[in-house]
Amino acid sequence: MAQQILERYIDGASSIHALDARVKLVLAVTTIVCASLLPAGSWLALLALTALVWATIIASSVGLLLILRRALVALPFLAVVVTIVFSVPGQPVFTVPLGFVTLTATDAGLLRFFTIVWKSWVSVQVALILTATTHFFDILRALGALHLPKIMVALLSFMYRYLFVLADEAQQLLRARDCRSAALDGRGGGSVWWRAKVTGQLVGTLFLRAFERSERIYVAMLARGYTGELRSLNARPLHPSDLRFGLGGALVLVLITLQAFLG
Amino acid sequence: MTIMAAEPTTEHVYERQAISVHLRDTSFAYPDGREALHGINLTIGAGEKVALVGPNGAGKSTLLLHLNGVLGALDGHVSIAGTPVTRATLRQIRALVGLVFQDPDDQLFSPTVFDDVAFGPLHMGLPEAEVRQRVAHALAQVGMSGYESRMPHHMSLGQRKRVAVATVLSMAPAVLALDEPSAGLDPRARRGLIELLQTLPQTLLVSTHDLRMVVEVFPRTIILAEGRVAHDGPTDQILANAALLAEHGLELV
Repeated sequence: MAQQILERYIDGASSIHALDARVKLVLAVTTIVCASLLPAGSWLALLALTALVWATIIASSVGLLLILRRALVALPFLAVVVTIVFSVPGQPVFTVPLGFVTLTATDAGLLRFFTIVWKSWVSVQVALILTATTHFFDILRALGALHLPKIMVALLSFMYRYLFVLADEAQQLLRARDCRSAALDGRGGGSVWWRAKVTGQLVGTLFLRAFERSERIYVAMLARGYTGELRSLNARPLHPSDLRFGLGGALVLVLITLQAFLG
Repeated sequence: MTIMAAEPTTEHVYERQAISVHLRDTSFAYPDGREALHGINLTIGAGEKVALVGPNGAGKSTLLLHLNGVLGALDGHVSIAGTPVTRATLRQIRALVGLVFQDPDDQLFSPTVFDDVAFGPLHMGLPEAEVRQRVAHALAQVGMSGYESRMPHHMSLGQRKRVAVATVLSMAPAVLALDEPSAGLDPRARRGLIELLQTLPQTLLVSTHDLRMVVEVFPRTIILAEGRVAHDGPTDQILANAALLAEHGLELV
């Protein structure tokens, strides 16, 4: 159950799946950086970026519609950006009367708003296609190879490993509660305060279990020779074709960004 | 009474044989004051397969943890293959003793099977080629070759228990200490585990409640009760002694 919610990877045999995780990670980050650098109203560059991302999604055969649907989760965050429409000075386009204040939308504000919406939409899709075609542990390894501090990679890896265990434990606790939450006709349920207390106890129990587990894991690590220094195998050298793909992709991204500034 | 009967036989048997695990007057209390072990005396020969039985809270897990020195200082003396367990020898000891915890979710803490089985050899400071070779060998030993890139949460309990054993086999230990390896397994997974334990050449010290498995795998049994060795002798003699079994709440179902 928890696995279906948390697991983002979609198995496949495409060339995008096979691409080295380091190249994918660097290209994904570069795309997002390029998108965020684009000036307001650079529609041609945004169109080119979108086409590039969609081509990648189609090449990976995970399904464009699926990625677009997953990308909807980022929508609520755009509510924060709406204020830009009314706060940037420029030619008034329309007004929204809100009782005692009247908000005036400006052309410059709308321009910026739509640019930001498009940018974030593309960026979210990039992140989604990365996680859909790359195992999380491959991303971790790529982060390690790109010299993210080992302790951070280790923390992320523990988090990923035990998220599933913890989710299962939480589910068991919830089930145990539900099984004993019987109600007689006409009464039962308890007050909101009482229910809140039960939920609080559940969370507390979960925390204690996680805490105790962390101690057992630490002992298990000690038992296998851990002395405070994490070691990992050296990353394999990049395959020349992966390297070419990465350099080519980065070049295209830089050109798109330059076009927006110069064109 | 039973202690007196058991002691001379163990001393006698190990005069000429290589000693693998040796505990002398070992006592231990947890930091919260709970006394877990009282004056344990124990000698296990190289390659011997010994079952550790007794009720929950008898000190079985604590005893296993001490073989590896992970619980810190204790009273008395523990040595593995002639090497005393002290602060200075901990790294050696951990290469000698493979400790497998009851819950494979504690034992398997890495994102993939490969990473987990490689953890021990890597932290022993072995070169990469040997690490890879040891991982392949350990997984083959437990019948889990081909699962290298699998994630633990995608595997069954039986599979995870097998991989948990592989995580210490890759360190090529002289002694394997397993905590309730058959607990929670379905009959087929349990059968596979028994066959695996029978093929392992290492000295085995296994805590368990599964007396039928004890009959099949372990010629010698130690009964632990309230932190003391209550009985130590050949498995067939212990299981034939109905009064002894009843006294320690053991049932051969």
